[in-house]
Amino acid sequence: MNVSGADEMEKVVATPEIMLKKFDAARFLLISVSVVFLVVMLALPLFTVIFVSFRQGWHVYKNAVTDFYTLKALQLTVISTVAAVAANTFFGVFAAWLITKFSFRGKKILVTAIDIPFAISPVIAGLIFIFMFGRIGWAYPLLSKFNIDIVFAVPGIVMAVIFVTIPFVARELIPVLNSQGKDEEEAAALMGASGFTIFRRITLPNIKWALMYGVILCTARAMGEFGAVSVLSGHLRGKTNTLPLHVEILYNEYKYTESFAVSSILVLLAIVILIARNVVEHKGRKGNEA
Amino acid sequence: MRGINKSFGNFKASNDTNLCVEKGRLVGLLGPSGSGKTTILRIIAGLEIPDSGDIMINGKRVNDMNAGSRGIGFVFQNYALFRYMSVFENVAFGLRVKKESEAAIKKRVSELMSLVGLDGFEKRFPSQLSGGQRQRVAFARAIAPNPQILLLDEPFAAIDAKVRQELRKWLRNTIGVLGITSVFVTHDQDEAVEVADEIVVINAGHVEQKGSPVDIYKHPATPFVARFIGHSDAMENAASFKGFEAARDFAEAIVRPEFVRVEKRGLLEDYVASAEEGVVEDISFRGDNMEIKVRVSRVLLTANYSLEKPGLSVGEKVSVLIRRIYVFDGDRTEILENENLRENTVFI
Repeated sequence: MNVSGADEMEKVVATPEIMLKKFDAARFLLISVSVVFLVVMLALPLFTVIFVSFRQGWHVYKNAVTDFYTLKALQLTVISTVAAVAANTFFGVFAAWLITKFSFRGKKILVTAIDIPFAISPVIAGLIFIFMFGRIGWAYPLLSKFNIDIVFAVPGIVMAVIFVTIPFVARELIPVLNSQGKDEEEAAALMGASGFTIFRRITLPNIKWALMYGVILCTARAMGEFGAVSVLSGHLRGKTNTLPLHVEILYNEYKYTESFAVSSILVLLAIVILIARNVVEHKGRKGNEA
Repeated sequence: MRGINKSFGNFKASNDTNLCVEKGRLVGLLGPSGSGKTTILRIIAGLEIPDSGDIMINGKRVNDMNAGSRGIGFVFQNYALFRYMSVFENVAFGLRVKKESEAAIKKRVSELMSLVGLDGFEKRFPSQLSGGQRQRVAFARAIAPNPQILLLDEPFAAIDAKVRQELRKWLRNTIGVLGITSVFVTHDQDEAVEVADEIVVINAGHVEQKGSPVDIYKHPATPFVARFIGHSDAMENAASFKGFEAARDFAEAIVRPEFVRVEKRGLLEDYVASAEEGVVEDISFRGDNMEIKVRVSRVLLTANYSLEKPGLSVGEKVSVLIRRIYVFDGDRTEILENENLRENTVFI
């Protein structure tokens, strides 16, 4: 009895160590696979962008980046991004509020509809607008009467970017609003607070980090949008070119260095956004703990 | 306030509910989970809209008045404190909405903080408070704008047992001091008995009985109330028990532990005409007494047994005296005394 008892004791003590060793091996394997994958798929390409941009020296880089058409493209990218973020923040907050605080017929359809842009290829999104507002589109006669250009013009680009970024803000907010329930809002309403006061003083503080996170993701996506914009833009340099389109044009003209230099602007913006995202995530977590 | 009268037709959660609360009373809505107590509370508050029926406060119909203007303070089950506001701002919220002056707000909040015993906690955030403290903040926040009625939804559910005891007493005293008409919801009968002036037993969205705790306990109006309040055992074939022949006119019967007396065999010889024979099936220690499960013919009864009395053991044959049972037939409820026992006492 005693002996077998001691044996069992040993087993019990030994098991965690064996487990740990197994874990060590698994951990090593997982880490190496991740590192190799990320280096090949992410770090190398990014490094290449920077490397190639500066290959012909600072001067060429500076010229490419400060080129008139590059600046114009940057301007359009900023405009369409700001417009898309503004529109989708507004819509996202309202949709999320509506979906989580009220029950109504067709709610599930609305929730699904918000996700459509995730599922549809951006090229198709672009084509949809061509078929709506282009020369072959049903709305074209009406639009041409009032001299409104949508396709191959800035409004079309803005609409395309809005379309592909619809889900980001709403998607971030819905789970947060759901998990927080309606109690706090009801408590405020019982004390006579108006709808707007409730939103400003109760709901907004509760969702602010999720909202900022959604805005940041939305911004990142809006800046990089290529497919839908490509269909709608018409590639008019200095007029309807966004940065990603400008990169492609330069590339097609065999101006590799310039094309990579312009890309590096996008990389830089992406890094800024990533930093902002991490800050928001960190603060949001702290905010939740407090 | 004269009263709240509500009636709803075909409403699942509240089925033709009528309820009237007198000014200054502390009323407990007691019922099992899912019986519609919270719904009633939310309807009074204006958070739910009744399909039909009237809600009156102070003789004024408030159905079409929105929740904010009814003058109601509400303490939520999980308190629903504003997590991004300090305790001070939480309590001050209702006053700020009313656009009170900063000085008045400061005065009122500090008044309330001493009332709830949380002086010096003004700058804390809800997450930095214990459950009991949060509950008191929620209470202070609800009464800050001087509501006509205070509603509390399961106010003690989220608090551990020991603190709950203290809080019950505290809440009762505080509400007594303030004299504010209050309605609280609970599924815990001890809580209802201890805190409320008046208990309203709710079942399936329906008011079963309304009365003082003693009244409800002693004179249950419906089978549901008799079964729900206190511990009770169902008695099959109650008419076969000595002294309860009258029970044959009723479909069902229940008995409560306090009306069952268990003694060592032979000790109840004075009550031959009314005492039964039983076998002890289970004994459990309840702190200040023993709970005995005893089987008499086919019925398992529960009885309390003093620790001072000679010890019993499982399987022992004992004498059992039943003094009183509750009998029902449909909606009819009656209390039956042991007839033989009454005669006996006359003879002695």
